[in-house]
Amino acid sequence: MSTNHAVLAHHFENLEQQRETETFGMWLFLATEVLIFGAVFTCYAVYRLRYPHDFEAASARLNILIGSINTIVLLSSSLTMALSVHAARVGRQQMLLTCLLLTIFLGGTFLGFKALEYYEDYREKLVPVLSFDPGEWTKVEGAEGPVNPQRVQLMLVFYYVMTGLHAVHMIVGMGLLVWLVAEARRGRLTPVRYMPVDIVGLYWHFVDIVWIFLLPLLYLTGTHHTSDLHF
Amino acid sequence: MSGPITPTRTYYCVFAALIALTLATVFVSFLELGPWHTTVGVLIGVVKASLVGLFFMHLLHSSKASWLAVLAGLFWFGILMALTLSDYLTRHVLAY
Repeated sequence: MSTNHAVLAHHFENLEQQRETETFGMWLFLATEVLIFGAVFTCYAVYRLRYPHDFEAASARLNILIGSINTIVLLSSSLTMALSVHAARVGRQQMLLTCLLLTIFLGGTFLGFKALEYYEDYREKLVPVLSFDPGEWTKVEGAEGPVNPQRVQLMLVFYYVMTGLHAVHMIVGMGLLVWLVAEARRGRLTPVRYMPVDIVGLYWHFVDIVWIFLLPLLYLTGTHHTSDLHF
Repeated sequence: MSGPITPTRTYYCVFAALIALTLATVFVSFLELGPWHTTVGVLIGVVKASLVGLFFMHLLHSSKASWLAVLAGLFWFGILMALTLSDYLTRHVLAY
């Protein structure tokens, strides 16, 4: 019982109640996160419905290969995160440490691919204001006549705001994971005190879910061709 | 979450399903669907997000309080989306 006393905060009746409260608190925070991303998604929906052909034309130019690889990388990091929770609960310290480090590595891989993609976008003149060629787009035919370069830039702004906000969340998540690794190395994550892993896991999976929707909204909205498959 | 410990086998099965759905959604983007890409993509996304929520985030074994937070978040997002679009999508109906 001595370990239980150290873990249990004085204002809770028992561990069960404490864990329940911690989980509920995180879900409340995630509900506010739904509204942060929800505002951007709603704004996207308004313009996506208003300028469908320009958005489809811009989407068709985004790098579908990097976008897809990054989706698989992020889903893999969610698997290793879920396995970390399992390892913490059954008390397998080595597996816990390995899975946490793998999650950090996969998160870093995602951000690395993202940086490479932004650089390629810049070289392909897909960055509004900084690197964009309106003349190139006036020759592009949409489903109903030529596309409007201004609206293409609007779609690209959505792409950078949405992926940028997502990337910021990834960086926060990796910071939390580094903290978990430090805790695990000190032996402070045990089958009694596993909730830090569980709570960070909820956050990490939420960020994964956001990306699950960014993939179809940004990358897959336009029709792609197999010749688009390049880095 | 203080429910039962999820066996690793469940996690591996869910992961396999998520990867299969990702490959499916990317494959669909190479087909000529015209304006339907977004609809199909988002529907597959809803299935994937549900898998992540139910199994990776343990909603399947979570308390009613956690479900309340999830449903409240989705409900408010629904209001945000519905009221905004009911304005923008009907502006052409009224001459102003």
